[in-house]
Amino acid sequence: MEKLNNAEYGLPESEHYSIEKDPDDLWQDSRVIVNIGPTHPAMHGALRLCARLNGETIEKSYAEFGYTHRAKEKLGENRTYHNFVVYTDRLNYCSALINNVTYAMAVERLMGVEVPPRAVWIRMICAELARVTDHLVCVGINALDLGAFSYMLYGFHQREEAYTLIEKLCGARLTTSYTRIGGLMADAPSGWEREVKEWVQRTRKAIDEMDKLLTNNKIWCQRTIGVGVFNKEQCMQYSFSGPNARAAGIDLDLRRDQPCMFYNQVEFDVPVAKNGDVYDRYLVRVAEIRQSLNIIAQCCDKIQKGPIWSEDKRVRIPDKDVVFNTMEGMIHHFKFFMTGFDVPEGEAYTSFEASNGELAFYIVSKGAPRAHRMRIRGPSVWHFQAIPTMVEGLKIADMVAALGSINIIAGELDR
Amino acid sequence: MDQLDWIITVGKCALIAFILLQVVPLMVWVERRGSALMQNRLGPNRLGPLGLFQGIADAVKMLFKEDRIPGHVHALYYKLAPVVCLVPAFMTFAVIPFGSQITVGERVLNFQVADLNVGLLYVFSIASLGVYGIIMAGWSSNNKYALLGSLRSSAQMISYELSLGLSVIGILMIFSSVKLGDIARQQGEILLQLGPISIPKWGIFVQPLGFLIFMTSIFAETNRLPFDLPEGESEIVAGYHLEYGTMQFGLFMMAEYINMTVGAAMITTLYFGGWQLLPGMSAIHAHLGDLLALSDMAREWVRVGLEITSFTLKVVFFLWFFVWVRWTVPRFRYDQVMDLGWKVMLPLSLVNIFVTGVLIYYKVI
Repeated sequence: MEKLNNAEYGLPESEHYSIEKDPDDLWQDSRVIVNIGPTHPAMHGALRLCARLNGETIEKSYAEFGYTHRAKEKLGENRTYHNFVVYTDRLNYCSALINNVTYAMAVERLMGVEVPPRAVWIRMICAELARVTDHLVCVGINALDLGAFSYMLYGFHQREEAYTLIEKLCGARLTTSYTRIGGLMADAPSGWEREVKEWVQRTRKAIDEMDKLLTNNKIWCQRTIGVGVFNKEQCMQYSFSGPNARAAGIDLDLRRDQPCMFYNQVEFDVPVAKNGDVYDRYLVRVAEIRQSLNIIAQCCDKIQKGPIWSEDKRVRIPDKDVVFNTMEGMIHHFKFFMTGFDVPEGEAYTSFEASNGELAFYIVSKGAPRAHRMRIRGPSVWHFQAIPTMVEGLKIADMVAALGSINIIAGELDR
Repeated sequence: MDQLDWIITVGKCALIAFILLQVVPLMVWVERRGSALMQNRLGPNRLGPLGLFQGIADAVKMLFKEDRIPGHVHALYYKLAPVVCLVPAFMTFAVIPFGSQITVGERVLNFQVADLNVGLLYVFSIASLGVYGIIMAGWSSNNKYALLGSLRSSAQMISYELSLGLSVIGILMIFSSVKLGDIARQQGEILLQLGPISIPKWGIFVQPLGFLIFMTSIFAETNRLPFDLPEGESEIVAGYHLEYGTMQFGLFMMAEYINMTVGAAMITTLYFGGWQLLPGMSAIHAHLGDLLALSDMAREWVRVGLEITSFTLKVVFFLWFFVWVRWTVPRFRYDQVMDLGWKVMLPLSLVNIFVTGVLIYYKVI
């Protein structure tokens, strides 16, 4: 440890009084310590950044989370596989459908259940819809934090329309709980694909408009270029994934590199930037919104009529007329919802490219209707660890920009 | 001064104060409806015609809230700060002419509360008092964010006051007067005659660069986006008025909007001819006089009415411009604002003074 000059601290020169400098001590040098969060307008959810300020510059900080911890992984071990679907909504609540889809894929993989094509296409549309809404929120809130209010609302308008489409699917806007193990809650209403395609057209226009408003804005560029830089090596060290990693030049997209569902049947590009600053993250997200819209349009063209439920008797929720009119159906219904279905022994790690990065469910089954271990990999956890490094030496205002750009969602951060 | 003079002066003061107070709820309404217009929303539209009474409802709400003083504040300065913010905002308007003069009998009526011989200097000296209120608010609140906000505000206001003051020097050199009444009057002269179009000697035509600097500085002085760092709600929560509630917060808000109005009026007076008639209005005046066969006195009154209307329209445009900019651009960072102020605005305003001096020396303007 570095010895301090006693005189500087108004202390007599003596061996006994010497203070030692602790590099991790926030209170060193009696600078102003500011708690940014957990209830701060720029904190996306209940996060806390305790920062030592020199003027407005953050000299050192530590990030803390856990304010919205709900023991989701433990709940996964105490609820049946069917019951756990609703809990997945609350992971990344900006893109609940992606969580639903990934969770359903994880359990289906463990059970070896095949889902019919129509359900898969709808799931793909859902996942991309959710990705668009999530990215719209992220870039919108990031711009809002830097003072561009109108930009955010242009995005939110399209997001609300997307939620209306999602509402037509499952009746809920935010916490969707749309997927079931082996199928979907309900089929898409007739004409839904057409409405989605119209929405895609409108959103493309809106994105172009938003692009014109902000991307080349001088103030926006000044505020974001070279701010919150996290380069390729650092991203690898901190296990970054998703748009944040791609903004730093890591060309990785699980939809392309580890194709699941029908992602190998649609065409899309993976936008990659190289600087890893706030501006590049913004650009990557906007480009990804465009790609997702392309994917949605392709899915809407390729989707065909057909069943939405797997034929597997274990996971198939009996139809209501069977339940109400036959004894066997009634018993089946009760057995399904009271005890749940057994998942064969085994373990599986299923990951999917969520809007923020690699979302994964690692499920260990011991053959019961409840998981033995339910581990969720939320990408925000890894991104959040980078915050103290990322913001060191930045101004408070830049910290806000950096935090907004990596899109921390407290729901999947704390679980 | 006889009794009538006193009555007239007090009357003008009361009128200005009354109008400025009315501008606040109106501007809040314009801000909210205007932002809604730009953001595909409706905005407040329930209370009264077009939601116009929303401002009254807001004021009533603020007045009836419990006037609570947090335990950790310095009570005296805490209470004083909003007043210190608001009063200078009102006082500045005293020297701004909103019409020319009219002779009634032997009495010359000036449409200006006080045509001080220090004119512009008065404006700057009073306007810079407002920052004390902000510093007091930040300091007495005993809150780190509030203090950061007031620090930002004082640094920003001092930096931009320099370029604000220097940008006006050009105007003073051209019109060789600091009296705002004189400046407004001289802007009626004709600068250029391009066939049928005559370009008046408005400040913007003789001082385009000065106008840009002045306008930018006014944005910074009134703490509006893109310079709203003292408030910066996403960074330092609400800045200097973080610990304020009820009408005390209301006073800060009123001060902001009145400052905006004063800023708009200053831009109008210095660079857009003040009460000088808008293009086409003198024709309207002449036609109206002929059409109604008005007496000379009545014609004079119509002229004054049109002058006040032009002044108001110009001010309204700039108020709208404030709103327009606020909902379009993002916010600067603190050091970028300082850079802009010291490294761009200040040298530019010096260059402006130099160029103006050269042009005046060679009798171009």
